Amino acid sequence: MPYIPNTSDETRAMLDTLGCADIDELWEKTGITLPKPSLDDIPEGKSEHEVTNHLRALAALNATNLVSFLGSGYYDHIVPAAVADIAARSEFLTAYTPYQPEASQGTLQTIYEYQCAICRLTGMEVANASMYDGGTALFEAMMLAVRATRRRRAVISGAVSPIFREMIRCYSSNLDVELVEVPTDGTRSNHDALVEAVDGNTACVLVQYPNVFGTIEEWSGVVDAVRAKGALAVCSAYPIALALLKPPGEMGFDVVTGEGQSLGLPLSFGGPYLGFMATTMKLARKMPGRIVGRTTDTTGREGFVLTLQTREQHIRRENATSNICTNENLCALTALAYLSCVGKSGFVEVAELCASKARFARKLLLEIDGIEPVGDEPFFNEFVVELPMDASELVGRMIDKGFAAGFPLGRYYLERGRELLVAVTEKRSREEIKSFVNAMEAVVTNW
Amino acid sequence: MGRDVELIFDKGAPGRRGSSLPAMDVPKADDFPEELRRGAPPRLPEVSELEAVRHFTRLSRLNFGVDSHFYPLGSCTMKYNPKFHEKIASLYGFAALHPLLPQLRRGGALTQGALAVIYETERLLSAILGFEQFTMQPLAGAHGELTGVMLIAAYHKDRGDKDRKVMLIPDAAHGTNPASAAMAGFDTKIVPTDNDGNVDLEVLKSLLGPETAGIMLTCPNTLGLFDPNTKEVCALVKEAGGLSYCDGANLNAIIGRVRPGDLGFDVMHVNLHKTFSTPHGGGGPGAGPVGVAEHLVPFLPISRVVKRQDGTYTLQYNYPKSIGYIAPFYGNFAVILRAYAYLLTLGRKGLVRVGENAVLNANYIRARLAGKYEVPYDRFCTHECVISASKQAKQDVHALDIAKALIDRGFHPPTMYFPLIVKEALMIEPTETESKEELDEFINAMLEIAETAETDQDALKNAPVTTPVSRLDETLAARKPRVAE
Repeated sequence: MPYIPNTSDETRAMLDTLGCADIDELWEKTGITLPKPSLDDIPEGKSEHEVTNHLRALAALNATNLVSFLGSGYYDHIVPAAVADIAARSEFLTAYTPYQPEASQGTLQTIYEYQCAICRLTGMEVANASMYDGGTALFEAMMLAVRATRRRRAVISGAVSPIFREMIRCYSSNLDVELVEVPTDGTRSNHDALVEAVDGNTACVLVQYPNVFGTIEEWSGVVDAVRAKGALAVCSAYPIALALLKPPGEMGFDVVTGEGQSLGLPLSFGGPYLGFMATTMKLARKMPGRIVGRTTDTTGREGFVLTLQTREQHIRRENATSNICTNENLCALTALAYLSCVGKSGFVEVAELCASKARFARKLLLEIDGIEPVGDEPFFNEFVVELPMDASELVGRMIDKGFAAGFPLGRYYLERGRELLVAVTEKRSREEIKSFVNAMEAVVTNW
Repeated sequence: MGRDVELIFDKGAPGRRGSSLPAMDVPKADDFPEELRRGAPPRLPEVSELEAVRHFTRLSRLNFGVDSHFYPLGSCTMKYNPKFHEKIASLYGFAALHPLLPQLRRGGALTQGALAVIYETERLLSAILGFEQFTMQPLAGAHGELTGVMLIAAYHKDRGDKDRKVMLIPDAAHGTNPASAAMAGFDTKIVPTDNDGNVDLEVLKSLLGPETAGIMLTCPNTLGLFDPNTKEVCALVKEAGGLSYCDGANLNAIIGRVRPGDLGFDVMHVNLHKTFSTPHGGGGPGAGPVGVAEHLVPFLPISRVVKRQDGTYTLQYNYPKSIGYIAPFYGNFAVILRAYAYLLTLGRKGLVRVGENAVLNANYIRARLAGKYEVPYDRFCTHECVISASKQAKQDVHALDIAKALIDRGFHPPTMYFPLIVKEALMIEPTETESKEELDEFINAMLEIAETAETDQDALKNAPVTTPVSRLDETLAARKPRVAE
């Protein structure tokens, strides 16, 4: 039997030690006397070779051959081969949560380095060892604010990812927390309305940077006004953009979260991903999730341990900061390996390539008759254009030409049926961008 | 003091870099206004690729993992993770698949292979565990728990049963259970364990009433015991109008032998990273799919993968009673993929062997250690045995000391001090993928430690001595946190 080494002789010897005639008697002695269930619906086992062939065939049915301008929070970036190799080290892959620090210094130090990297990107003081994804991280940030302020209301901008907003709505449904959504102003958040919506019971304001339309907004004014009213300011950020953009910490945010997929993780049809979360030392003890700290051993040597654990579920149980027990450790390690291999100057270069190529693509797209700009605010690598037809229909035609042309915003916002959200990463060459624009022109012109 | 710790940030030199990127082939343009611009680039490592690889390779070697050490960490099912699963997860057709592609051409046309994996895994789990349907969306075990209790909340809400606010949880439960119940808006009440290690039925009966929302039972329980009254517990809760939730953290014990759905559970989560052999990754990512009986199906999260008459797959969203979106997309797909490969490899016969051998191995360890260590609930266990260091504690050698001594002998320690109802607990879960020789070596080490506890306590109190660091000062770490630099 694959993966089970006991031979029949060994099984016999062990059963003898236990005084059992056979496996059935073993089951009986464990108290399990129920009739054996039928497993007729389960197929017979197959060899590694056969299973691999089956899955290769399934993989071939997926449309990964499209030249992609699809992002919307999840991006197709270049990843150095060394990144996956580092994360695949089996000493990392097959370990568990570092409950025994002496036997887990490798995992613990990489988490610590990851925490440092997240703090440096976001401009914050302390990061946790990661959460499931960007959406759950933003929800957890909201609950952090609820605990910290003892208020029960959260204001969220309509320019935050609709996926995140749906998730937060879902998680809030049984909690006594009121969620208030403030509609957008074009492709921007409505800053005045966000501040106005903060009342004496509001725990936090949640925004996104750049927002779901790709627009970069300056938040310092909103942050100051929100904090003056006793609420916390929370930002969900796209980490690649932070190579060039003012860090949220410098704008005064209390908590910064985000989806870390773009830091070297494959798209993998939705997961596993990486939620990052960083805050101030003042709020560190309110933060959910694992945190690694630097300390010393009995002989004064330096090392790392899980710390501030009195926040966590295994100690506080129903009074814990969260039920979370996982950190997406291997994903956090991947992000750290990515940031190390790309490095300080490479990371900036990635962001510059993204921004430049996006501007190049946008300029050419806007030269096509019938394609109009939507908003003229600064953007990073994603922008919105308005088409002379339904965007989802155009996207369908573009698939036939070999392109994932972008995200039709009508899927999120009914009134934006003609708007297309286009993302450009450093992976797209000049030629690919030009043939994309040519294909767009052909489709729009021959509609 | 020497430099014991060298961070990746301490290595390299200004201006050094590790990777190459395509040249800028468009006009360089970033027209951000000054107030949006970052002053200096983030202080990231400046190392060559070799320096990065060497740094992380060195760190990896400071770890114990299943591939390097026997890792009998109770409740965590540290079984072998087959290598070919990793190859499959990295196939381009899966790894490069954007989760929003189904929105570009509806009906699943662009992602048939991925939808097939999700759907077929869902059906296999439903059949193996005796549920009507599974959702593959929950991203971890505790996330599955939360999803499960949210389904219970939605069920009662839908029936207008507003007063059912109390979730019953045995005292031996994992801490995630009460924390998950709290996040779904429930108050929790503790159900004690009786002298045999089972749910105390009399106390349970006294706790049931019109405010009972349900019970969260780990099956087998966290003592590693199968509660022979499980069916009766579920029946009593049902009679009181509540629902029964099965925490599947310990499913490896009974897989192929017992279908929790047959015991009367309404909802359960399973840990793909435990029973279904996906790697633990040092703490994640995992996946915690949730199975439900028919009456909870309307409340399952969206989206759902369905199979059409013609054998193709599609995503559906129109379920008005659904609790909504608990994950951004369809779950931790690459984890589901590995579990699917595992299920196909094992097949119906292999599944049965998993449970049998997990139980055989654990009982063998229990029986061999029983003389030298106290076994608080002295009966046949399932996939893990809980022993106590209470005998050794009389010599001032505690569970912690035994754990650390095991590290020096080349074994990852068992789970310590859990469940909370056992003093000096050591929870040992060998899994079915370990050989008898490995078990014997571990047993011998445990017996030798028990002997040393009688004769040379200091040798154990100072352990570990073979690791890069000795015992670390956790109080200092918490009092003066150094968590970033």
